[in-house]
Amino acid sequence: MVESYIPLFVMILVGIIFGASNIVLTEILGPKRSTRTKLSTYESGMEPVKSARERFSVKFYLVAMIFILFDIEIVFMYPWAVQFKELGMYGFVAMILFMVLLFSGYIYVVKKGALKWD
Amino acid sequence: MNLSILITPVIQAAILVNVMLIGAAYMVLAERKVAAWIQNRIGPNRVGPWGLFQSFADVFKLYLKEDIVPAAADKTFHSMAPVISIAVAITAYAIIPWMDNVNIGGTTYTLSMAPNMDVALLVMLAMTSVGVYGIALAGWSSNNKYSLMGGLRSTAQMISYELSMGLSAVGVLMICGSLNLVDIIRYQTEHGWNVFYQPLAFVIFLVTALAETNRAPFDLPEAEPELVGGYHTEYASMKFGLLYLAEYANILASSAIMAVLFLGGWDLIPFVDEIALMGLAPDSLPAVLIGHAALAGKAALLVFVFIWIRWSLPRFRYDQLMNLGWKVLLPLSLANITITGIVLLLMK
Repeated sequence: MVESYIPLFVMILVGIIFGASNIVLTEILGPKRSTRTKLSTYESGMEPVKSARERFSVKFYLVAMIFILFDIEIVFMYPWAVQFKELGMYGFVAMILFMVLLFSGYIYVVKKGALKWD
Repeated sequence: MNLSILITPVIQAAILVNVMLIGAAYMVLAERKVAAWIQNRIGPNRVGPWGLFQSFADVFKLYLKEDIVPAAADKTFHSMAPVISIAVAITAYAIIPWMDNVNIGGTTYTLSMAPNMDVALLVMLAMTSVGVYGIALAGWSSNNKYSLMGGLRSTAQMISYELSMGLSAVGVLMICGSLNLVDIIRYQTEHGWNVFYQPLAFVIFLVTALAETNRAPFDLPEAEPELVGGYHTEYASMKFGLLYLAEYANILASSAIMAVLFLGGWDLIPFVDEIALMGLAPDSLPAVLIGHAALAGKAALLVFVFIWIRWSLPRFRYDQLMNLGWKVLLPLSLANITITGIVLLLMK
């Protein structure tokens, strides 16, 4: 069974080698005439103000957290979907119950305004 | 371990990398040509006939450009981000069943790389998730405000639309009963294409695929008027080239996946067993080549749709984008699963 995954690992390795060799190649081939101004951070022609690593909107964290919850739901659904025809009515009702529970959580999140961007 | 089993995958990988490169090169050209036609221009026409070698000239130029890494950037992650992006994009090519097994003179040859992997679709979605790292790292490591904003937007957008993408595929899985892409194609050859049974899922998948590949109208991560170039503002030379290449490689990969999941894969005409009508065995060389051409043709058509949409529709605003993903597509895909379940149970 493991044999069928060997091509996948080979491909990941080939991809990494391809990317890394391209980066090395472009570093060798390109000219190196760096000046201080050239290496400064681009800010539409203005002098860079402070670092970019500052605080940003908490919404991005919220989206990431809600994503984790729903992603687990999807992972849970995949084996169920593959076996759907064998599981029949019992499996369907069980999944509907699970979906209703999760969806009420989703409605709570929406009502709280966690997904409201303005 | 016997090393000889590695030879075939390595050769196949080399072929697929070249397919990816040439495919991306001509997609860039097609994009520029189609954009030109839509805007009543001529488009690239200097390098070779009809500008056929334009992309290759561009790539050679990128190799010879100075590699500028901003002094404030995190050097290691700045170089790592393009590698992650391209490695993930290339890996997706191993999973797509480009061709059926072909039988020549009693010997069966496998032409796809990982054709019978049972979790193919799951690996595909996993690769999309890992692709987020490349963009998020590219944005963060540049230490540029535009890059950081582009990277953050892209991360939030990709993970939001990934949910609907995963959920819309559940409907297909319920019908076909397998995560194996070859099984899904075989089921569609027998019972007709999934797009006829899952039209809503197909539309959701198409929209989310546009968002996952950061294409217009969802190209907020690189919205030029606000963010200059987004997460690749601080990238130059082939590092920029790799990020760009990964973007186009992803477009072809998601088009091929859509063709496999919804448009019947190798099947040329829905509801008709055209291979048997022509008197060919399903694993003979002509039949396999027809199947391959059908898949490639459908993928090319979807790539054209991607380009067409980009040059026809204006960009979303960020709150509209998030609303569409979370408040429209997510409930719709859940409803699609419920309806599919009810119909399948009633038909039993």
